[in-house]
Amino acid sequence: MTSPVAVPASAAPVPFLTLSGIRKVYPGVVALSAFSMSVAPGEVVGLVGENGAGKSTLMKVLGGVVAPDQGAITIDGVERPSLTVADSMAAGIAFVHQELNLFDNLDVADNIYIGREPRSGGIFNFVDEKKQHDMVAPLLKRVGANFTPSTPLVRLSLAQRQMVEIAKALSVKARLVILDEPTSSLPLSETAKLLDVIKALKADGVSVIFISHRLHEVEQVADRVVVLRDGTLAGNLGKAEVDHEHMVKLMIGRDLKVQSAPPAGAPGDVALSAIEVKTAAYPDQPVSLALRDGEILGLAGLVGSGRTELARAMAGVDPVFGGRFEFRSQPFRPKHASQAIERGIFLVPEDRKAQGILLDLPIVENISLPNLRAHASGFLVTRGSEMKTAEEQRRNLGIKAPKVTTRTGSLSGGNQQKVVLAKWLAMAPKVMIFDEPTRGIDIGAKSEIYRLMRGLADGGVAVLMISSDMEEVIGVSDRIAVMHEGRIAGILDRAQFSEENVLLLAVGKTAEVEVPA
Amino acid sequence: MNKKDLGLLGLIVVVGAIVAIINPRFLLPINIANTANLVGMFGLSALGQAIVILTGGIELSVGSMIALIGVLFVDFVANQNIPWPLAVVLMLVLAVVAGLIHGLLITRLKLQPFIVTLCGLLIYRGVARFYTQDATAGFGFGQSFPTLEFITAGKSFGVPNSFIALMIAAAIVWVVIHRSVFGRYLYAVGKNEEAARFSGIKTDQVIIAAYVICQILTILSAIYFAMYTRSISPSSQGNFYELYAIAAAVLGGFSLLGGEGSVIGAILGVVLLQELQNLVNLLGIPSSLNFSVMGGVILIGVIIDRQWGVYRERRRTRDIARANAPTQAPAEQEGARGA
Repeated sequence: MTSPVAVPASAAPVPFLTLSGIRKVYPGVVALSAFSMSVAPGEVVGLVGENGAGKSTLMKVLGGVVAPDQGAITIDGVERPSLTVADSMAAGIAFVHQELNLFDNLDVADNIYIGREPRSGGIFNFVDEKKQHDMVAPLLKRVGANFTPSTPLVRLSLAQRQMVEIAKALSVKARLVILDEPTSSLPLSETAKLLDVIKALKADGVSVIFISHRLHEVEQVADRVVVLRDGTLAGNLGKAEVDHEHMVKLMIGRDLKVQSAPPAGAPGDVALSAIEVKTAAYPDQPVSLALRDGEILGLAGLVGSGRTELARAMAGVDPVFGGRFEFRSQPFRPKHASQAIERGIFLVPEDRKAQGILLDLPIVENISLPNLRAHASGFLVTRGSEMKTAEEQRRNLGIKAPKVTTRTGSLSGGNQQKVVLAKWLAMAPKVMIFDEPTRGIDIGAKSEIYRLMRGLADGGVAVLMISSDMEEVIGVSDRIAVMHEGRIAGILDRAQFSEENVLLLAVGKTAEVEVPA
Repeated sequence: MNKKDLGLLGLIVVVGAIVAIINPRFLLPINIANTANLVGMFGLSALGQAIVILTGGIELSVGSMIALIGVLFVDFVANQNIPWPLAVVLMLVLAVVAGLIHGLLITRLKLQPFIVTLCGLLIYRGVARFYTQDATAGFGFGQSFPTLEFITAGKSFGVPNSFIALMIAAAIVWVVIHRSVFGRYLYAVGKNEEAARFSGIKTDQVIIAAYVICQILTILSAIYFAMYTRSISPSSQGNFYELYAIAAAVLGGFSLLGGEGSVIGAILGVVLLQELQNLVNLLGIPSSLNFSVMGGVILIGVIIDRQWGVYRERRRTRDIARANAPTQAPAEQEGARGA
């Protein structure tokens, strides 16, 4: 820390928030150990680390939700052993969580000022809607929102809802905004907007702690990067050292190639094709796409371009409004997911907690669920059979859990995703559709999943991977199809892989990209 | 039998012991037999309700169905001279139809089970009253159906046949819910219908089946009640019976959100409810407080259950801490702070 007197304009400003020697232990696990960091006004600090590294515990300590066992927190020179929620809020610390805390049945302005609505005074003391509206409008401008304060929240996309959360943080005159995985559900163009918002906050003198798995984004905005590993400070990178390689190395303690291995051979026959299919997202726009054996086809596009709807229609989960599917050249008209499943067409859905697994069930029961008849004699379930399958899958996929009878909800995100995969891998996949397979999952587990996908493809399975993560799309796919407003804007061969090409197609500028016939 | 059910059993024994001490008439064979008979009859409808609650739904029309079926059955057998086995079959057909209608309204039209079955409650009661023009249905003087009466109101070796019927039904339902593929589907649909659908389970079929099974069990219960009371007043027969069934299921661990519950627990729930009813009679508590006593005990039972869960959670985290303590380096401080 530099002394305030001698500080020239270009040297590091004095931190207003310092954590020193923070230690927090939960039964059986040391969440944080001798952790120290500081934040100065107007600084953007990137916080990276694998899942389980201690990020959420750190946030809870900052938010006053949890008191550290040892260590001190210094805010504006006042040192305390712990914070209360009130302390944290009074200090100007605001959170934008990954799981947004917004109310669907209210509008944007109501959401931002909930609990502290401006009142009209007088006997009735109603909510002053107009004042609320006027207070919210400039905040929305600052975050670059394209919607008004009176928009009902239910109409907003995930990306727009995040903007509302950030606006909320701004409305409490936050000095420090902590963003937890803000871009994991955002597509390319929206991400750029968010990074602009962060830069705007910085210019206003607001500090930002930017927690993310998207290392290239952290690179773009962070002044410094703090790397957490196993609860300790693995490294503090200054602006010059902030780059991908350094971060990954510190995060996992070893070098890691995020790329997936190249394919074993050329793609085979068409396994599943959509022909002029019209989905719920764009009922008037037909889309055609073919999935080939042995190929990982990446499906990129802006949020709302219709990728998930196409995937769900292929898996028989949603009905289509027109067109048809063909599976191995035979007509395929799924009216129910079970019809896709019996053909070996499996979907790993976008929302793993609500759609991929049943959180309260033990791992073994989640794995056997789609194939229960195979584990039954007559109509009675044979526990032994499903346990055997579950143990096998646990070994093959490296699912980290005490037992296969552990409740699935207690596993980490990456391991939960492995359970979702396990249930399909236990059956014989012919077509695997992944919708945002590594969202919110740490680098170590991500690479395992990429290896799995490659293994499946090399074994002859047709793989479709929907992803909004540029690195992932370019690094893992054999070919990339890009959707734009319900249709395929173009398909890129490996030679044409580039962020620019994907983005151009995603916004509909097909002509500017050279696409093979 | 899990810990929760054991707790319930313990409660039943303790309450029974207290009542027996205060009024030994509780232990008279005729009293036990009578209570067992009631347990049998109420239990059948509780089983049906439990299955529906497992899927996250609810069946409020049970009481009115009991009235309607009671009235129809007695009329068919006593006045229309339909042979009683045929009458039973006709009632079962009615059950399946009603279950299908409820199930289809809930799955295809996406109506809430509460609303659908509430309307059932109102509509069926009205139909029952209309059928008899609000008169009481009953058997004529001297009419007797020995076999039917034996099955429904008789005893075998001193045990009421209704109780035996319940035991048989409970055993079947236990196997179905806790061991069969269909049972797994019920739990899955109750826990998370969307995820179940993604896993290829035909959730609509499962839900409809649950309502049909519920109605079938309700019909059986209705026939037993009809033969027990032998005179059915359509405006009061079966009044509030759906609440008994729901209460019993909830005591048995069936969360109204779905996806949880134990058959043994539900049966024990019925036993406890009838024991409390018996208690009110034998201890001279004014019968006006009948419902209050039941409501109070159920509330206490649910609160204890919740607190027990919290206690077990704390014990478990403490045990994990103790188990991990020796593996930490001596230099580091012991992490478990009396969690």
